[in-house]
Amino acid sequence: MEIEKLLSYPLDNNLIIRKKKQIKKELLKDNKFMKKSIAILGGSTTSEIKNILELFLLDNGIKPNFYESEYNKYYEDALFGNDELDKFNPDIIYIHTSNVNIIEYPELKDSLDDINQLLKTEINKYKSIWQSLSKYHCAIIQNNFDYPINRSLGNLDCYDIHGKTYFINQLNQEFNKSTNDIKNLYLNDINYLSSYIGLKNWFDKSLWYQAKYALSMDAIPELAFNLSKIINSIFGKTKKCLVLDLDNTCWGGVIGDDGLDGIHIGTETAIAEAYTAFQNYAKEFKQRGITLAVCSKNDFKNAKEGFSHPDTVLKFDDFTSFKANWNPKHQNIQDIAKEINIGIDSLVFIDDNPVERDIVSSSVPSVSVPDIGDDVIHFIDHIDRNGYFEPISLLADDINRNKYYEDNKKRTQEEATFQSYDDFLISLEMTAEIKSFSSVYLDRITQLINKTNQFNLTTKRYTAGQIVSIANDDSYIKMYGKLTDKYGDNGLIAIIIGRVQNSCCYIDLWLMSCRVLKRGMEFAMFDELIKHCRKRNIVEIVGYYYKTAKNNMVSDLYDKFDFELTEESAGNTVWKLNLDKYKAKEFFIGVN
Amino acid sequence: MNEIEIVERLEDIFEDIFDERIVIARNITADDIEDWDSLNHINIIVAIEKEFGIKFTLNELQSQKTVGDTIDLIIKKSNE
Repeated sequence: MEIEKLLSYPLDNNLIIRKKKQIKKELLKDNKFMKKSIAILGGSTTSEIKNILELFLLDNGIKPNFYESEYNKYYEDALFGNDELDKFNPDIIYIHTSNVNIIEYPELKDSLDDINQLLKTEINKYKSIWQSLSKYHCAIIQNNFDYPINRSLGNLDCYDIHGKTYFINQLNQEFNKSTNDIKNLYLNDINYLSSYIGLKNWFDKSLWYQAKYALSMDAIPELAFNLSKIINSIFGKTKKCLVLDLDNTCWGGVIGDDGLDGIHIGTETAIAEAYTAFQNYAKEFKQRGITLAVCSKNDFKNAKEGFSHPDTVLKFDDFTSFKANWNPKHQNIQDIAKEINIGIDSLVFIDDNPVERDIVSSSVPSVSVPDIGDDVIHFIDHIDRNGYFEPISLLADDINRNKYYEDNKKRTQEEATFQSYDDFLISLEMTAEIKSFSSVYLDRITQLINKTNQFNLTTKRYTAGQIVSIANDDSYIKMYGKLTDKYGDNGLIAIIIGRVQNSCCYIDLWLMSCRVLKRGMEFAMFDELIKHCRKRNIVEIVGYYYKTAKNNMVSDLYDKFDFELTEESAGNTVWKLNLDKYKAKEFFIGVN
Repeated sequence: MNEIEIVERLEDIFEDIFDERIVIARNITADDIEDWDSLNHINIIVAIEKEFGIKFTLNELQSQKTVGDTIDLIIKKSNE
C-alpha cells in the first residue's frame, strides 16, 4: 500500500475507511512525530471522523491525542466546563456542528424581526461557545453550515427570508465576520466542501437515522482531509515553494523543438487557454508569498525565452530560482532548496513527465510530488485539493515575502564587490527595532514561531493564545526584532522568549528567519537580552539546544556567546552564562 | 454468488474492521464479538454495502439479527 498516495488527492474514500487500521499501522512505523492534543466537540457522531483524521495527521507527522465529547455534548462541554477537558489541555478544539444542529429555523408566519431574532439566538450560541473556550488559549476550528438536502420552498428557499438556505447563508456570513473579532478562530468550510463533492454525496439519510452521522461515510475522509490541511497550517507544516517543469507543464509543446512561436500559451486554442489558466493559478501563489522555481531539462537560453512569449502570464523574474540545464532533476531540486534557503520538505514539484516525478520522489522523498498525470486540465486540482499551500491568514509579511528574496539577490550580488564581509555589512546601513511583544505583531510572531526550523534553538511551538498570555506576563522577557537595510525592510524576523525565575533567565525560545542569516542580527538580539537581564538584576542565563533534523546550524550558537556547556544528552545540550563573564560582541546594526 | 464466496468476503471485511481473522458462522451475532459495538456495526454495514454494491433499506437494517440474516439479504439483493 502506497500510503502517501492513498492519503492525497484524489482520495479513494472507500479504501481509506475500509483499511484504516492497516493504514494506521503503516503510518506508525515512522517515529518522528510532533504530538498534539486535539479535542473534538461534536454536534453529531464523530467517532469515524476522529479515526480518519488521525490517519491524515499521522501522514503529516502529527501524532494526535484525542478528546471526544459525548454525543452531541459540544455545547455543554464548551460552556459548563469539564474536568477531563481541562486536564486534556487541548492544542486544538474542533467543533463539528452542521445544519442538523440549528436550533430553530424561521416559520412561514415569522416577521423579519422574528427571523433576525432567531438568527441572533443561533449566532450567540456559537459566540458564547468560542468565548468560553478562549480560556484554553488554543486554536478553535469551527465548521460553518452545509445546506439542508431538501427544500420544501424549492428555489425560493435561497432568497425568501423564510428559507432555510437563506437562513444558513446569513449564519455563515455572521461566522465569517466573527473570525475578525475572535483570535484563534478558524472556519472549516463544509459549505464549500459539501458543494464540491455534491450535497447528495455529502449527506446520507440512512446513516443519519441509524447512527446520527451528519455526513456520509464517503464524505468523512474528505472532511478529515480538509481539517488536516487547516491543522497543518496552524502548526506551520505548509509548503513554501512551487517548483515547475516547463515543457508541457507551464506551456504546451517543447520550446527547444517548437521554438517560441510553436509553444501553446495564450487564448488561441483550448490547450493554450488551459496552460494560461495554470500559469494564472501559479501567479496567484506568487502574489501571496509562495516562492516559485523552475526545474527543467532545457538549455537555459531556450527556457528563459519561453517567458518572453507575448501571452505568458509568468515572467522570468517571477522565479526565485531558475534551474534549466541537463542535470538530473533531483539534484536541481536540492540546489533550489539550498539557493532559496528553505527545507527540502517545503517544496512541491509539478512535472507532466511520470519518469521525472518518479526520480524526484524516490531520490528526495520529502519533496511533495503529486501524480498530476499529463493533462494540463488536472494540474491545478492536484495542487488545490492537496492543500499544500493552505494559509490560515493573509499577513502583509507573506505578501511581501518574495520581495525579500529579490532584495536578498541584490545583496548577494553586492557582497562580491567588498574587500571584507564587515565592509559589506557596514554598507548595508542596517537598523533594527528590538522591542517587547506588542499586540500589532502577535499574529506575525505566532506565525514565525510555528514555521521557523533552521535558526531555532528549541523549536518550541506556541499557539496564538499562548503568545497573548506570554505578552501579558511580566515573568517573561519577550522580544521581537525587525531589521531594515538600504535595500528594504526585512520585517519581523527574530524572537527571543526568556522565562525569568529568581535571578535566572531561561531562554525557552530563540529563533530567527533564514532571510537574515549572517547579518549579525543574533548579536543585536542577544545584546538587548543582556540589557533587559541587567535591568532585572539577573545574574545567570540558561540556554537550551534541542536537536532536530533541521537546526544543526545553531548547535554551537551558545558557545559563540561564551556560554559554558553544562549538560549533554543525545545531541541536546544545556548551556549556562554568568552575566559577568559576557563580553559584548561587535555588530553593524543600529538598534532602536 | 454462492454462500461460501459471500462468507469469505465477509471474513475479509471483519478482518479489516476488527483487526483479526474471525471465522464466520450463520448464528454469530454482535454479542459474540467483543468489539462489535454500535459504531463498528455501522462500519460493518457500510463496508458490506460497498463490497457487494447494495444498499439496505431501513427495514432491512433492522431485520438483521444474525450474520445468517445478513447473508440471506446479500444473496437476495444481489439477485434483484
